[in-house]
Amino acid sequence: MRLRSLVAAAAVSALGISLAACGGSDSGDSSNGGSSGDQTLTYWASNQGTSLDNDKQVLTPVLQKFTQDTGIKVNLEVIGWNDLQTRIQTATTSGQGPDVLNIGNTWAASLQATGAFLPFDNDAMTAIGGKDKFVPTALATGGKEGEDPTSVPLYGLAYGLYYNKAMFAAAGLQPPKTWEEMVTDAQKLTIPAKKQWGMALAAGSYTENVHFAFINASQNGADWFDKDGKPTFTGDGNVQGVLRYLDLMQKDKVANPSNAQYDNGTKSVNDFATKKVAMVINQNNADSSIVANGMKAGEYGVVPFPAPAGAAQPVASHVAGINLSIFKNTKHKDAALKFVKYMTDEATQTTLGKPFSSLPVLKDAKPVFTTDAAEAATFSDVYNTKSKPLPLVPAEDQFESTVGKAMNGLFGKIATGGTVTADDVKAALKSAQDQVAASS
Amino acid sequence: MSVATEQVPAEAVPGVRAAKKRGPDHRPGLSRKLPYLLLAPAVLLELLIHIIPMLVGIWMSFVKLTKFFIANWSAAPWAGLNNYRVAVDIHNSVGEGLLKSFGVTVAFSLITVILSWCLGMAAAVALQPPFKGRSAIRTLFLVPYALPAYAGILTWNFMLQRDTGAVNHVLVDNLGLMSDRPFWLLGGNALTSLITVALWRLWPFAFLTLMAGLQSIPRDVYEAASVDGAGSVRQWRNITLPSLRPVNLVLVLVLFLWTFSDFNTPYVLFGTAQPPAGDLITFHIYNASFLTWNFGSGAAMSVLLLIFLMIVTGAYLIVTGRRSRRA
Repeated sequence: MRLRSLVAAAAVSALGISLAACGGSDSGDSSNGGSSGDQTLTYWASNQGTSLDNDKQVLTPVLQKFTQDTGIKVNLEVIGWNDLQTRIQTATTSGQGPDVLNIGNTWAASLQATGAFLPFDNDAMTAIGGKDKFVPTALATGGKEGEDPTSVPLYGLAYGLYYNKAMFAAAGLQPPKTWEEMVTDAQKLTIPAKKQWGMALAAGSYTENVHFAFINASQNGADWFDKDGKPTFTGDGNVQGVLRYLDLMQKDKVANPSNAQYDNGTKSVNDFATKKVAMVINQNNADSSIVANGMKAGEYGVVPFPAPAGAAQPVASHVAGINLSIFKNTKHKDAALKFVKYMTDEATQTTLGKPFSSLPVLKDAKPVFTTDAAEAATFSDVYNTKSKPLPLVPAEDQFESTVGKAMNGLFGKIATGGTVTADDVKAALKSAQDQVAASS
Repeated sequence: MSVATEQVPAEAVPGVRAAKKRGPDHRPGLSRKLPYLLLAPAVLLELLIHIIPMLVGIWMSFVKLTKFFIANWSAAPWAGLNNYRVAVDIHNSVGEGLLKSFGVTVAFSLITVILSWCLGMAAAVALQPPFKGRSAIRTLFLVPYALPAYAGILTWNFMLQRDTGAVNHVLVDNLGLMSDRPFWLLGGNALTSLITVALWRLWPFAFLTLMAGLQSIPRDVYEAASVDGAGSVRQWRNITLPSLRPVNLVLVLVLFLWTFSDFNTPYVLFGTAQPPAGDLITFHIYNASFLTWNFGSGAAMSVLLLIFLMIVTGAYLIVTGRRSRRA
């Protein structure tokens, strides 16, 4: 009887819980590179437009033109950002992935470490038109320094500080040039009676939070990894950088505590577009959402995200954007290289630059995402001269998830009435660092 | 009655004799194999769906399966017990985090199971006597159980938002019960919200099971008790509860296993911004595995969870089995 009980216990437990680790063998992904006989590529595109359907509408004619030119068909699948990393992991594990795919450029070094992606060596780089066609800053995001990149830039993005011109004019303010000016302006523009806040923060989004952890720490001259790729999260510059950003909600009180529930950048952009807040920090692809929410192009301006006066480095953004990679086990390597060459051609970049609000990743190309020359110039300047790549180390993606989530927790504590000190930030970053160390 | 039926020789039943003549007894080899052949698809599927993935998961817990080996995971280097050591080392953030999420999960499971059972029992007893509209109410109670989990939980996510959610709108704007709008998905309230949503999903199952159990109790037992002067509380305690014992044994175990390994509720309710008070262990393991690309460590945590559930389930079955024998 006892044995039977234990066997029953084992069986019921096995039914009750499926091993989380086994989720890696998710069989929901049925895409593959196609059979070797045909010339059909599978392409996973990330969500760049206003919806997955919008992406399909934008990309379909572009891909049809590629088929007309080369005879190579392209099976397109657009994947939302929440699913993309898991889908890539699954494809990497099973070997059943697409031929070509979009990646967030900050994942490049981490994905390179898996060994599942085709290195763009001299031959491959020549096949796609040579490395000299790319903006060096953008190409530098392709993988670990000193190794052949496993991705090339496709869409460039950078952060800027969007401000509401009418609100600034009504308060007699000029757009801020330093962090201190930004905070002072935001405090003047926080008017509780009108339910108006100075700034909106995507404080519940770990990806957004980690970007600002990186930018603020960079302004302090701090790094997140040492030269051996080991995490140095608890350094004073990192702690103070994170605390400065948290203080926008905690000490400066220029952001609505409800922002701690904003788990993506769109929500904060929507608050700006609907004139609930005077400023928002976002990448240049916010333009389409702002306009879609009813704000006219001339009603807002953009300046670089400011650093504190006397900052160690005038970093205003990380080098944001989307890269293209080829799975190493593709059965259509030549066709895949032709496709990458086509997608990074000047004509295709110009076609896609406006609907996807991207900055050009090609030398001498003009930004087409906006008709506002000042805005285009600001973002181009930030992208080319004031941006710094996120750490190009294999553990970069772990840095994003652990530090970003630590900041989610700290914002949650502030929003619910708690106080976060430098020691609390340090303890949270220590915890993040331990998690990275345990898996490297 | 059933004993009497078993004692009737098969040949005495005309239908059985006819079946025997043209049945499989003419081919004794096939007759012996037939049960195994019929079971084979189920065994094969069980192997494929549960046993093999579980064995692979156990193997993964002993290797260093990080991003460096994910593309060729069978070549991941042996880690021995290191993944387990890290998972149980409470002086390290990883182990400390696992212990905290374990504590949250125990509290979540116990409260949810107890409340689900109480609600389910109350509703099942209340809907036992026939009255007009009983079927409609029963159907209404089962709606949360029938709804797709994702849609239901996502609706709760909308309702529990601080500024735009219906819950605060009713509590603060309409009823004026609170002056400040509380956060329901952040801070300490997150566990309350998690339990509420899980309860909303689970209690209809308890209700359904207990209602079916109640219907199997003969009415004349209650009538006899009533004639003897037993009130409704005493009837419930002395007739209903003992009669439902076999149903309750399974129900409580299943509810516990479901709540302890619940992944959907925290995943959909909190998204990627889950607060510490809502960090259930399965979600914690998912994060450890997928966000930090440490599948070996995630597998070790899963195996520890599996062992814990097996021990709890085994102890539960042994204890309840002993009580049943005494009874």
